[in-house]
Amino acid sequence: MRITPANIKALSLLGQKGSAFNYGLLEAADEHPGLCVLTADLALLTGLDRFRRKFPDRFIQCGIAEQNMMGIAAGLAMEGAMPVATTYCSFIAVRALEQIRQNISSTHANVKIVGTFAGVVAAKSGISHWATEDIAFMRALPGMTVLSPCDALEAVKAFKAMCDIDGPVYLRLSGSVSCPVVNHDDFEFKPGAIRKIRDGDGIAIIATGLMVKEALDAADALEGKGIGAAVYDAATIKPIDRAALDEIFKSCRLVATVEEHTVIGGLGSAVAEAMAPMRNAPALVMIGFEDCYTRPGSQRYIWDIAGLTAERIAARLEDEARRAGI
Amino acid sequence: MVTGDLEQKAAQLRAMARRMRLEGLEMAWSTGRKGAHLGGGFSCIEILAVLYGAVMRLDPAHPLDENSDRLLSGKNHFTLAHFPALCERGFISRDELLEFQKDGGRLTGYPRNVEIGLEYSGGSLGQALSVGIGMAMGMRRKGSTGRVFVLVGDGELDEGQVWEGVMSAPQFQLSNLVLIVDRNHLSYDGDTEELMPLESLDDKFNAFRWRVQRCNGHDTLALLKAFNSMEGADGPCVLIADTVKGKGVSFIENRPEWHHHALTKEQYEQAKAEIMAED
Repeated sequence: MRITPANIKALSLLGQKGSAFNYGLLEAADEHPGLCVLTADLALLTGLDRFRRKFPDRFIQCGIAEQNMMGIAAGLAMEGAMPVATTYCSFIAVRALEQIRQNISSTHANVKIVGTFAGVVAAKSGISHWATEDIAFMRALPGMTVLSPCDALEAVKAFKAMCDIDGPVYLRLSGSVSCPVVNHDDFEFKPGAIRKIRDGDGIAIIATGLMVKEALDAADALEGKGIGAAVYDAATIKPIDRAALDEIFKSCRLVATVEEHTVIGGLGSAVAEAMAPMRNAPALVMIGFEDCYTRPGSQRYIWDIAGLTAERIAARLEDEARRAGI
Repeated sequence: MVTGDLEQKAAQLRAMARRMRLEGLEMAWSTGRKGAHLGGGFSCIEILAVLYGAVMRLDPAHPLDENSDRLLSGKNHFTLAHFPALCERGFISRDELLEFQKDGGRLTGYPRNVEIGLEYSGGSLGQALSVGIGMAMGMRRKGSTGRVFVLVGDGELDEGQVWEGVMSAPQFQLSNLVLIVDRNHLSYDGDTEELMPLESLDDKFNAFRWRVQRCNGHDTLALLKAFNSMEGADGPCVLIADTVKGKGVSFIENRPEWHHHALTKEQYEQAKAEIMAED
């Protein structure tokens, strides 16, 4: 598809999963004849209907049996196919984690695992449907690439890039329909890269998923208070972009990570791991869920409690900046 | 195969099974005081002898042949049967067989290695059938004529994921898939029917629309006939093979403590004598 302002707007209305499955998937399917799609009774919810109609014999309905689905995907990959297995992030990274470890990670099977409803977008469905530990679980699996796009356009690009990676990939799709636009123009998506999307001196905010938009708004608010903040999109969480991080660590006194995920084992941890050997490292603030489940409510309600709205991020970083003497 | 030929083949397979049981015993003996999974290994010796000696289309010179049959098992405890079968077919050498627990060895821990006929790394129970279903689908998609055989232990049927697979294989019309249940009636803690009853297994598989066969899993002729009757099936087939855990050695048969155990010198000698004296 051509990337025009109108198309970017249309994608944002479809959201990350709608865009990835209606555009990224259909384009990738033409390029990769071995690509097939497995769903656990979520074809309609996740927007797989166009693919199913166009490629009925490359669509595999597994029913509500995620563990079986991951095993089937592994077996297909062992026979040379490129299965894309998809369901909620929570049912991938928690329910089917062992199947992924044993059958996909340990054999480096070429399975593309696409999770939908990352973070707490399934807000009122309750904790069962949230995914606030999935990055930690998936990142711990040897050989697993972890991608987490920030908006619908990046979701399309990440989907296609994932299909060019040899080996298992976890694509973490955030939000529902009407995903805020971060990228207003076309850009080059490089898997493995942390990409600067806003200039600013003082604080470097590294965010992933829907938190990139919140971080941008927080940076604008901070600027109004005379505090500069650059914003980076960590669309690839594993392997982490150590070269980019080294530059960021050298360029500022305060680094903040923001993720719709627990602060244990996610993006913040990946950044901390990269920073650990550094002498004279900048201060690091990790913003995410603080080892807790909040009371269910709307996504914004939960973000507010957890400190993940732009306002809460800005307020927290204003304090942290003053403490760091910025 | 006409009846006479079939009986002759069954006799050859009995001899093969005896050699495999002796090799399995040597493997167990080679572990010294560490011990090995004799019970669940010896219960499926004849099943694997029939598969590797007659049923499965395999060529160790071309292990990656798209049209080869595949065997997967969740129960890594069958190594004392599987590695001797692979040795009989020329996938691995006898020297390697006796180093099956060597540090860093390619048999140690049963890692997937298609080059030597290890299609699947099991160990965590209940997952092999799902992977076998995926392989059967993948083979059908690329036009491979091979079949996928999945061996499960009966205790393994306690795992819920097995039944996800059992439910899905007929839906996907996988006529190139064969499931074999090593029905030895014992899991680690005791009798399956006391622990977590499984019967009637025939009815369960019938209800899920599988083509069901059941036979004595130590009778090579019955096994041959059962596998032969699956040729040309229009959907997935299951063979419930009634077996004896630790089959072939009197003091190991049906004894839960021999699930994993070390042999004394006297036990090793007695076991060897009993296996060699077998018909």
